[in-house]
Amino acid sequence: MPRTPIDIPHKLEYLSILSENGEVDTKLEPKIEATKLKEMYRWMLFARRVDERLLKLQRQGRIGTFPQASGHEAISLGSVVNLEKADWHVPAYRELAGFLYRGWTLEQILIYWMGYEEGAVPPEGTNDLPISVPIASQLLHAAGIGMANNLKGDKNVVMTYFGDGASSEGDCHEAMNFAAVYQAPVVFICLNNQYAISVPLTKQMRNQTIAQRALSYGMDGIRVDGNDVLAVYAASKEAVEKARNGGGPTLIECLTYRYTPHTTADDPTRYRSTEECNTWMAKEPLIRFEKYLKTKKVMTDADFKTMEEEIDARINEAITNAEEACKKPPLSDPLKMFDYLYAELPSNLVEQKEELAKHLGIEITEKETRDEAGAVGRGK
Amino acid sequence: MPDINMAKAINMALNEAMERDNRVVVMGEDVGPDEGVFRVTEGLHAKYGDKRVIDTPLAESGIVGTAIGMAIYGLRPVAEIQFSSFEYYAYHQIEMHAARFRNRTRGRLSVPMVLRCPSGGGIRAIEHHSESREAIYAHSPGLKVVMPSGPRSARALLHAAIQDPDPVIYYEPKALYRLFREDVPEAIETYPIGRAQVVQEGKDITLISYGATVRAAIDAAEILEDEDGLKPEIIDLLSIAPLDTDTIVNSVRKTGRAVVIHEGPRTCGIGSEVIARINEHAIEYLEAPIKRITGYDTPIPYFARERAYIPDADKIVAAVREVLSF
Ligand SMILES: Cc1ncc(C[n+]2csc(CCOP(=O)(O)OP(=O)(O)O)c2C)c(N)n1
Ligand SMILES: [Mg+2]
Repeated sequence: MPRTPIDIPHKLEYLSILSENGEVDTKLEPKIEATKLKEMYRWMLFARRVDERLLKLQRQGRIGTFPQASGHEAISLGSVVNLEKADWHVPAYRELAGFLYRGWTLEQILIYWMGYEEGAVPPEGTNDLPISVPIASQLLHAAGIGMANNLKGDKNVVMTYFGDGASSEGDCHEAMNFAAVYQAPVVFICLNNQYAISVPLTKQMRNQTIAQRALSYGMDGIRVDGNDVLAVYAASKEAVEKARNGGGPTLIECLTYRYTPHTTADDPTRYRSTEECNTWMAKEPLIRFEKYLKTKKVMTDADFKTMEEEIDARINEAITNAEEACKKPPLSDPLKMFDYLYAELPSNLVEQKEELAKHLGIEITEKETRDEAGAVGRGK
Repeated sequence: MPDINMAKAINMALNEAMERDNRVVVMGEDVGPDEGVFRVTEGLHAKYGDKRVIDTPLAESGIVGTAIGMAIYGLRPVAEIQFSSFEYYAYHQIEMHAARFRNRTRGRLSVPMVLRCPSGGGIRAIEHHSESREAIYAHSPGLKVVMPSGPRSARALLHAAIQDPDPVIYYEPKALYRLFREDVPEAIETYPIGRAQVVQEGKDITLISYGATVRAAIDAAEILEDEDGLKPEIIDLLSIAPLDTDTIVNSVRKTGRAVVIHEGPRTCGIGSEVIARINEHAIEYLEAPIKRITGYDTPIPYFARERAYIPDADKIVAAVREVLSF
């Protein structure tokens, strides 16, 4: 018989646990201790408040262009909390909550958006990669890290992030294929916010979901409500456990909306309506999580207020610290551009460094090992 | 003192490096049981197995991107791109990540990987299998680029590349794989990256080259000695980035004349940079304009015409005579 159906075993599910009204599906509700729930909320709120403040700083010209992360907190935080310290966090650029949770100081994040590489130095003791700007390129690093983990017989997990637009890049395909072929312990988290700058999802692909692509690589895939921190948590917990036990990679598509402009340089009125944005506002991740925490009596109105005040005070402090750090070396020293390109400075760079030093009339200082804020490190 | 060809010398270095350091892994298309399309990974899969000799999916960006992840994790990947033309598929990973992680993270993370890649023409291959693109990578800050000119330098440079803390692109002039044999020492030898070698001392003119065209320069020097009674000095750059300015400049100060020879296209080629450095450091010693004998600014032709494109001894002899009669 020349034409027979090929039976490809597959399962494709959509997971939602906490509705937009804050009602929980008790059968699916993950068991998370009250202190941890509160901590999770705190990181999400922290990221939100930071994001809002960054926008103001950008408008005042105190930081450069940046991609806002508001609305992506449930995806970033709900997944990252399932990692151990020795696991790997391989982000794109909207995972602000994840960065903060993994121990990047707010000072460092500010310094990054103020335009210094020192803001891209992963904190000592964590296995994190910095922001990756070239779309989807980081997914291959995650796959390679996972492959190396297997080779060494380690038990770490890699969690990596990408957008709906990124799903069209060749690197995304290559990374998922490599990870699947080598059963690398990688959890691919897609922040499907339905836009790649101005390009809507319908122009990105013909398929119904991004999650279904997992099937073609021979891995599991699931779509979750990306505004539901409990659903993201549950799906990524399962994926992390599976990866750690040698079960290979998983693709988790988290459906959300890009509530903000793409970056501070973008004008979304050119390509989408305010009404569309408003309909998604009701589904926003923080509000429903707050309702849940109140219903569960994890937090009271007064708790929310105190938390917000503490966060805002911390943000103020960090801004002062970061702006002060910029005035001192190493941040104030332009010659630092030469120091870290190679383990040892080749002669052409020695010559060019001296040339710039002479032009600027400044002294060449030694390459430091740590700066005052602890943001600068020199590793292997 | 084994007498071996360059393919064997590279193979030997890979084996030695894998033997002494279990962080070294070899990866690429067909590097496993097939032992590489040029058989450069011969015996490695049989000896080290699937885990350390990795047949990857057919995806160059994937190869380089995952090698970057592996290097960050603590391995020492030696990745192969089957032909230099297919490196373009991975260019963004090379330029935007391999070359930059150290700088981006102020030294916290680094990418000690080697990208091996057969390069150049002369083997009558089909289109896209004969290009010399080293200038592109020499132009990319954060990379090191080296190219051996025979078995001994191939082994010594590959060891240096594998031990280097930064990403190194290691080009293998494929015309040389089995062209000639050379004694290599019993003990492992490493050539420092960034150092050129004076392969023949002389006084009348400096011939500066690297890779396959070093052979052409040596042949040309023989003709010039026999027919013109000249004694050219020959420099084998070995390292294209960083470039050994001192060795070049010292020689030109002595001879006052130079011809630069390479297979890649002329405009913005390595020769342009060599001449710029001579201008910066030794222009007052020059007796005549420097000439370039290089590939032309065209794609390397299909193989029927490639001989006309690739620099050879005759072209170099003619150039030297022209410079000397200036
Ligand atoms: C390789 C590459 N091409 C183009 C860009 C410019 N760019 C930056 S963000 C972006 C859209 C990305 O969309 P998506 O993957 O959905 O992520 P989102 O920004 O929506 O989170 C584009 C085109 C880039 N950074 N890298
Ligand atoms: Mg998007």
